[in-house]
Amino acid sequence: MATTTAPVGVATGTRTSFAAGVWSWITTVDHKRIGVLYGVTAFLFFLIGGLEALLIRIQLARPENTFVSPDFYNQLFTMHGTTMIFLAVMPLSASFFNFIIPLQIGARDVAFPRLNAFSYWVFLLGGIFLNLSFFLGGAPDTGWFGYSNLTSKQFSPGHGVDFWAIGLQVLGISSLAAAFNFIVTIINLRAPGMKLMRMPVFAWMTLVTAFLIILAFPVITVALVFLLFDRFVGTNFYVPASGADPVLWQHLFWLFGHPEVYILILPAMGIVSEVLPTFSRKPLFGYPVVVYSGIFIGFMGWGVWSHHMFSVGLGPIADSFFALTTMLIAIPTGVKIFNWIATMWGGRVELKTAMLFAVGFIAMFIMGGLSGVMHASPPADLQQTDTYFVVAHIHYVLFGGAIMGIFAGIYYWFPKITGRLLDERLGQIHFWLNIIALNVTFFPMHFVGLLGMPRRVYTYAPGLGFDTMNMISTVGVFAIVIATLVFIVNFLRSVRSGETTGSDPWGGATLEWAIPSPPPAYNFASIPTVHSVHPLWEADASDLIKDVNRVRGPIHMPPSSYWPAVAALGIALLMSGMIFGWWFGIPGLLIMLVGLYSWAFEPCH
Amino acid sequence: MAASARGTRFLRSISALLVLLPLLSLGCTLRQFPQSSLHPQADYASQIQRLLEDLMFWVVVIFVLVEGALVVAVVRFRNRPGLPEPKMTHGHTGLEIGWTIAPAVILAFIAVPTVVTIFKTQSKPPAGALEVKVVGHQWWWEFQYPGLDITTASELHVPIGQPVAISLQTADVIHSFWFPAMGGKRDVIPTHTNAMWFTPEKIGTFPGQCAEFCGVSHANMRMKLMVQSREDFEAWVAAQKRPPVEPDSTSLAGKGKQVFLTAGCVACHTIAGISPGTIGPNLTHVGTRTSLAGALYPNTPEEMAKWIQDPPVRKPGSIMPKLGLAPDQIAAVVAYLQSLK
Ligand code: HEC
Ligand SMILES: [Cu+2]
Ligand SMILES: [Cu+2]
Repeated sequence: MATTTAPVGVATGTRTSFAAGVWSWITTVDHKRIGVLYGVTAFLFFLIGGLEALLIRIQLARPENTFVSPDFYNQLFTMHGTTMIFLAVMPLSASFFNFIIPLQIGARDVAFPRLNAFSYWVFLLGGIFLNLSFFLGGAPDTGWFGYSNLTSKQFSPGHGVDFWAIGLQVLGISSLAAAFNFIVTIINLRAPGMKLMRMPVFAWMTLVTAFLIILAFPVITVALVFLLFDRFVGTNFYVPASGADPVLWQHLFWLFGHPEVYILILPAMGIVSEVLPTFSRKPLFGYPVVVYSGIFIGFMGWGVWSHHMFSVGLGPIADSFFALTTMLIAIPTGVKIFNWIATMWGGRVELKTAMLFAVGFIAMFIMGGLSGVMHASPPADLQQTDTYFVVAHIHYVLFGGAIMGIFAGIYYWFPKITGRLLDERLGQIHFWLNIIALNVTFFPMHFVGLLGMPRRVYTYAPGLGFDTMNMISTVGVFAIVIATLVFIVNFLRSVRSGETTGSDPWGGATLEWAIPSPPPAYNFASIPTVHSVHPLWEADASDLIKDVNRVRGPIHMPPSSYWPAVAALGIALLMSGMIFGWWFGIPGLLIMLVGLYSWAFEPCH
Repeated sequence: MAASARGTRFLRSISALLVLLPLLSLGCTLRQFPQSSLHPQADYASQIQRLLEDLMFWVVVIFVLVEGALVVAVVRFRNRPGLPEPKMTHGHTGLEIGWTIAPAVILAFIAVPTVVTIFKTQSKPPAGALEVKVVGHQWWWEFQYPGLDITTASELHVPIGQPVAISLQTADVIHSFWFPAMGGKRDVIPTHTNAMWFTPEKIGTFPGQCAEFCGVSHANMRMKLMVQSREDFEAWVAAQKRPPVEPDSTSLAGKGKQVFLTAGCVACHTIAGISPGTIGPNLTHVGTRTSLAGALYPNTPEEMAKWIQDPPVRKPGSIMPKLGLAPDQIAAVVAYLQSLK
């Protein structure tokens, strides 16, 4: 990397240069390196979440299995959900925001590079903190949705719920900081000529996602503050014995939780909207409609939360209202799907791995969308909610959808990030194994749910007819493991010895393909002027490419800084002090203050 | 008009068949899948089933069309020699308006029966319904019949053909009351009293279980619905209303009663006229029940002995503690409890 400010070790020898290397990553403020950090860390958490899923499925392979204890099982499914949502899918999306957005909008970095580093370090420490609970008296065990009043001190006296609530607060800081950063970046740092309606769709979906984050996370933050007050200070926000209504938690949680669903899926939709045109050699069909649909979904996402609560008994009027709004949101979602298909129609579809994953995303997302329409209807939902039918639904949307979309993004942008291609043959194997395995795993869950198997059960009785379908799902998960291993092998091999590539292996249309792979620290030697949604498909593209790579004088880049990492460490210690005591809290507070003030007064020239 | 109605009905049965085909090929019957939500045994469940079939019809139609279009797009326009260079089309307003309106129309077809069914299934129970108060406990279900002055656990007895009006409360955390054969689930929530009703239409025993995660033994919070003929139900009611059996004080059961009175059981269990505890199930007629501990074990003397010997081993987290009774005490108390017919 061409940053000039990383302090270089004095002594020679590999050990010191290794240390210097590590130090340069800790102090980096380069959005590309932070993107890589996000990606690698989130993928490791994805593997941990996957391991939890594997244990869950082994336990459920047979009725009355005793592979794990009931208590540990409850920890596993709680941490599986929490990990996949907050530590895998969200930060994997953030990894793309980081690496790709400045490149796509023609910027040299994000608006607040040190805040960006801070977001990453808070995320990392929050994730570690949450997982430490496994070794410190037991992980959270009340589900990723943590319904009151089961989370009260009375019914959950251990520290599991504390780890969960504090961990989510820490992660919320990271998400909020990142979201503000990307909103400012996208609004202010676009290259001249790139009007909003000339932005790549991925940048658009990032913008919508970031707005959803800054609006949704305060809601969960408040809900969690109430919970923490109940547990630590003895308030009664959710304590029925003192007259509180625990349904309050459900409203707050899902008022956050449904927009969160779109926080998880919109970035993947953005990725797919980039991949499809490139490999169809045709612009995205109905660009404005796709963009407006995304915005409309973002708004409508606020009016549907109670579809998670049809069994609460809110009454027929509320049920009807939320059923109708939920059905309404299916319309813009459907429109997006039609536009994607129309993008391929009449194009020249090249089924490279990235494209396969994008097409697979659409196919699986249709499945998840349709089961979603089924439980948008409250009477039907009353048979389906809290059963494996819903488990099937969310996994078609989040594994078939979000994760497949993310894989599309990985195969698509890997050459830009590393300068090398991922192996195409292993990629194809990965895709086919993955899509078959995920259907083997999750398709039977529709039926086992409709046939009466509730979710979040550590065991089930024989004789209810659940045995065979559960066994099939478990076999499927092993196939998912193999598919993921194929990807890991491909990744590790290709990083080191993959076929090298130029700036634009796929013939992409957007600005990131105009600069070398991997991009120089400053991205664009000269900031381009943009006249189109797909600047590299215009007649004057070669001029633009020449232009952006011509150095016209010294380029000022922000110096690296360790203060964001220090501030993040302080915050993590401060928050963990709620569990570990003053010996963590007070030093944490001091470290945080030192970090923040030194950061504020650090000269940035 | 008639022809098109027949047409939709035909399509609908095709789609229902398509969906149910995998299930039918499994030989899907209620015998094989006793907890199935697809085999309605009450009016409420049947209304949901009819709505589900409507939904399935549209879902299958959309699935076939959209996934079909996706596959055609990929296959027909896959890259191969001789394919012309793609035209740089940017969109088509007419098409886009079309595929915004089409789903809206389909959704209207789903929304109307949805709303109708919501109001129908959440209406007030008809007069003359059998009133039952359900109380969820970590991790067992209590059933009270206010009109009959009966309290029992884990097994809900109802007569065929009479509407059952259920009110739902909880003693601790949120649970969810669900007999799939009767209809949809309904949460039981602290500070709330929820309600639902259904009319059982077939005699038989139908399993159900708690559907809202409620702690460590959520999976073990099961129950049974026993739909009986009018005569059988009345006989059961009469038996439940009798005072508890009084054992001969020299018999094993008589010794068991002494154990029951002295080993702390009275603090948590009611036996009418003998003990007032309400933390655990009412045991006045525990001998008439077919299952134990949230319908987790059959009610045999052996299983009951194992239960009393160490409840948390039999049901993780159980609120009933291990009381450390000697084997002969357990044998005695089991003989007593089993005699409570
Ligand atoms: C601290 C309160 C407590 C005490 C003391 C207690 N029990 Fe229990 N008992 C319970 C609870 C709670 C359950 C329900 C457990 C479950 O199913 O999760 C139960 C269940 C039972 C059952 C099963 C009833 C059914 O219909 O499922 C039997 C039998 C029983 N107890 C017998 C006894 C006997 C005998 C004693 C005294 C030796 C005793 N209990 C002491 C709380 C208690
Ligand atoms: Cu939702
Ligand atoms: Cu439960």
